[in-house]
Formats: sequence, structure tokens, C-alpha cells
Amino acid sequence: MTTVDYVLRLGDDALITAQRLGAWYAAGPEMEEDVALANIALDQLGAARLLLTYAGELEGAGRDEDALAYRRSAGEFRNCRLVEQPEPDFAFVIAKLLLLSSFQQPLYEALAAAGDERLAAIGGKALKESAYHLDHGTLWTLRLGDGTDESHRRVQEAFDTLWPYTGGLFVGDAVGPVEFASLRDTWQSTVEDVLRRATLEVPSPSPEPTGDRPQLVALLAEMQELHRAHPGARW
Amino acid sequence: MYGNDFAGPDAGSDGGLLGQVEAAEAALRAAALRGRVEGDPAALQDYFDAVIAADQKIEPRDWMPDAYRRGLVRQIAQHAHSEIIGMQPEGSWITRAPSLKRKAILLAKVQDEAGHGLYLYAAAETLGVSRAELVDMLLDGRQKYSSIFNYPTLTWADIGAIGWLVDGAAIVNQVPLCRCSYGPYARAMIRICKEESFHQRQGYEILHTLSRGTQAQHEMAQDAVDRWWYPSLAMFGPPDTDSTHSAQSMAWKIKRFSNDDLRQRFVDMCVQQAGVLGLRIPDPGLRWNEERQAHDFTAPDYDELMRVIKGDGPCNEERMAHRRRAHSEGAWVREAAAAYAAKQQEVVPA
Repeated sequence: MTTVDYVLRLGDDALITAQRLGAWYAAGPEMEEDVALANIALDQLGAARLLLTYAGELEGAGRDEDALAYRRSAGEFRNCRLVEQPEPDFAFVIAKLLLLSSFQQPLYEALAAAGDERLAAIGGKALKESAYHLDHGTLWTLRLGDGTDESHRRVQEAFDTLWPYTGGLFVGDAVGPVEFASLRDTWQSTVEDVLRRATLEVPSPSPEPTGDRPQLVALLAEMQELHRAHPGARW
Repeated sequence: MYGNDFAGPDAGSDGGLLGQVEAAEAALRAAALRGRVEGDPAALQDYFDAVIAADQKIEPRDWMPDAYRRGLVRQIAQHAHSEIIGMQPEGSWITRAPSLKRKAILLAKVQDEAGHGLYLYAAAETLGVSRAELVDMLLDGRQKYSSIFNYPTLTWADIGAIGWLVDGAAIVNQVPLCRCSYGPYARAMIRICKEESFHQRQGYEILHTLSRGTQAQHEMAQDAVDRWWYPSLAMFGPPDTDSTHSAQSMAWKIKRFSNDDLRQRFVDMCVQQAGVLGLRIPDPGLRWNEERQAHDFTAPDYDELMRVIKGDGPCNEERMAHRRRAHSEGAWVREAAAAYAAKQQEVVPA
């Protein structure tokens, strides 16, 4: 049994991640990194499209990927708060990448082997991509953590700032083939191992912030503006 | 047809632009089999002249005149810079693309441009300059990039117009460079041209969809074509009578056709396509000339081209500020990567 909300959670995580990374065009610290970030954004967007299409089919109300991406308001998005956090510098991009891919990689692996055929196919494809994301996030966390004093300070600050939002990866009562909470131990050991090798501190646990989500509202306003300005148009 | 048949990336065997790319690739493979020649300066010059005369390739191992080397560095670097700056006008629409499919296509296109910049810097490096030096010359204004990227992208239709007109003009300019006499540049251009045909097709498809969409979408498409037409014509450079680098470049077979010949080829190609698109080319002087078997058209404003090249276009400052900011804000990351790499070398015994 897979619910619409479960698939939306996965699809929205991927979509919002792609949207944030898409804003990094021509702004990476190296040209090679512009290519890499675009590549990761494309992987996330590709997964988002498959997942939103499936969510629309499960819902059975005739909504396709674009109806779900462009015509829902912030309150209807199911993504975890981590992915919508802004990225004021490259350290935040890398910290988010490590924290998210350490979750998505075992999630897709488990989905690929679980009972929902559509999610198994999507997971099987996304699994290989998320292994690369985890690899890239790990490599850069090591470089920044064990690089210079400045890079160490910046990336530690990024992990400290984002840490309270990581609890949200594992919550959610939507029903699906893999319980998010079951991935917590794997996630914890992956992330802590990388932080330790990068000479970084594992931040102390703290409760996830609640309340309004102005950053998600702003992100969606930019993403949806053009589409919503032309109701019924084809693109 | 000049490669704008939109028939698909593998339609090269019909002698279209991709067919020309494949022929150029075969010539490069043959050139790679030649050995290196050494000897006194006169013999080297003779050998260089003979290679050029025989339509063979100069490779990094070969002697070449200083002016040939300098001219190539200038041209390849300018081309690389154009790819990197060229990510900006379109990139700003990634977050606003009106469908997820269009968002994915645009992301892939902007990613290709970063990749093209990388191949081209690598080709320039075979001539004895480093990427870091070339990037410094871009950032402090000693080297230029294509003036087309100093125009703004005001609406989504501009993404279509850039693909159709700007990438279309780039292809017409670049396909002959696949046969350029310098091997590494020719090889980079072959990879680039294969990807550019996809870029142009996606732009054409955007305009085609908009032109047949709502009234507002059609108007958006026409407005974009109105604004991008003359700047695209100006991409071929000044008229032949004023082109400073052309004659030597043609003699050395870096360049194969004159600016005006390529511009004419582009105009003739676009007229037919505009008809299919249902969009108007904004030139009241455009008409078929039976005698020349080509279209007469109004030349772009070359004074404007010169002003934009000199730095006075609508977006010159913005483009350079963005590039300088990315470079300076990335400095701490590059330093960290270098420091980490140095630590890793200490750990591993030699």
C-alpha cells in the first residue's frame, strides 16, 4: 500500500532540491563544479518528474507532474524542511548534499527491493544517481572540513545551521513500502563517519523548527510565477 | 540545408551540417597518424606551409609561427569565455521555466555550455597558456567574449529565440571550424557542434510551441525574435571590408568562409524556418534576389556592435560582475581543495 502523500514527499524532496541547485548556474567555485551541480540538479529533477507523475496517477484526479509542481501552494507541499533551506554559500550546498544523499541513497536502495513496482523501478534508477551524490557530498565535505581554517569554519557552520532540520527526514505518517524512520541508523552512521574523517564536530541534537515556511513560499513564487500567469497554456 | 533540418542528431549522412562534422572528424584521425618533423627554421616554416596547403592538421607537437599561435589563443579563449558567460542569460530562467520538461532541457543545455567552455580552455592550453591565465584576462577585460551575451533575457520566449537564432548563428559559424587547421581546436569544435544542434532544436521547438499557443504566447515569441534578430546577425562580426583578423586567418585555414558569406547563409536559412514557425523576421528590406539566388537584407548596426564589444551594451557590467563574484566567492573553496590535496600527498609516502 502506497499513499499519494508518501510519493509526494519523495517527489517534493527531489523537486525542491533541484530548484535550489538550479539557482547555482554559473556560480560554482570551479567550472567543473558548475557541471557537477547541474548534473545533480538534473538527476533530482528527473526523479521528481517520475515521482510526481506516479503521485498524480495514484491520486486519480487527472493531475500531471506540472499540475502538481506548479499549481499547489506551499501548504500542500510534502517535502522535508531540510531541502528548502537556503544556500548562502557553497558550504551549505555541500552540507545539504551530504545530509540528503545519506538519506536518499539507502531509501532508494530499499525501495528498489520493496513491493511497489513503480517505486522499485524509480528507486533502481535513482539509486545509482544518489550514490554519486553521496560520493560528491563526501568528497567535498572532506576537502572543506580538512582544508583551510576558513573552509573548516564555514562548513561546520553550515552543518550546525542545518542539523535541526535533519530530524524531518525521518518523520511523516504517510504509508509506503519503506518507513522513513527505519533509515535513521544507517543515515546517522554514514554522516557521522564522514564528519569525523573531515575533522568536523557532529552537532548536538535539537528540536526541528516549526511554524511558517517563508523560504518555501518564496521559492515556489519564483518557480510557479510564469506558469501561473498563463492558465491553460502549453509550453 | 545548413544543419537546421531538425530531423534529429543522427541525420548526418545526408551531407547536412552533421555530415560535414563527420567528414572533419575523419580528417583529424588521418592527421594524427603523421610523425613529428624537426629541422632548421626554414625547414620548419616550409613544413608548416606544406601542412596547411595540403589541408592537413597542425598538432601541439608541431612548430608553428608565433602569430598563428597567438591568433589561435585569442580566438579559442574568446570562444571559451563566450561559453562561460553565455550560461548567464539563459541560466537565470532555470528556476522560472514554465514546465518541468523545459526546466530539465534548459538545465542540460546550460550544463553543456560549461562543458564546452572546459573543452575549449583545454584546447587553448595545448598552445602553452593556462586556463587560470585566460580566466584572469577575461576578468580584467583584456580578453573579450561574444557581444551577443550582453543583451538581456526579458521573457521565456528569449530562451527560444536564443536557441533558434543565437545557437543557429553559432552553428553556421562553428561548423567550418571543425575543419580548422589546428587539430585540438577542430576536435573540440566537433564535440561542440554535435551538442549545439540539440540546443538549436530545443529553441526552435520553444518558439514553435509559443507561436501556436495563446495570443499572449505568440506575441511573446514575436517580441523575442524582434529583439534578437539583429544582434544575431551581428554575431558574424564586422563586414568583410572592416574585418581585421580575417585575411590571415583564412590563409592559415583557421577560418574557412568570410563573415559576410556566413551571415548570408544564416539569413537564407532563417527565412524558410521563420515561415514554418509562423513568425516574422523584423526586416522590411528582406526579399529574395533572383539574380544572386539569395536574400537581400538589412545589415545589423555595426556601430552598435562596436559599442557593445567595447563594453557599452545593456548587460556588460552585470555579466562581468556575476563572473567576478562567482570567481571571488569561490576562492576559499579552491584554496580548501588545494590545501586538502597537499595534506593528502603528505600522508601518502612517495
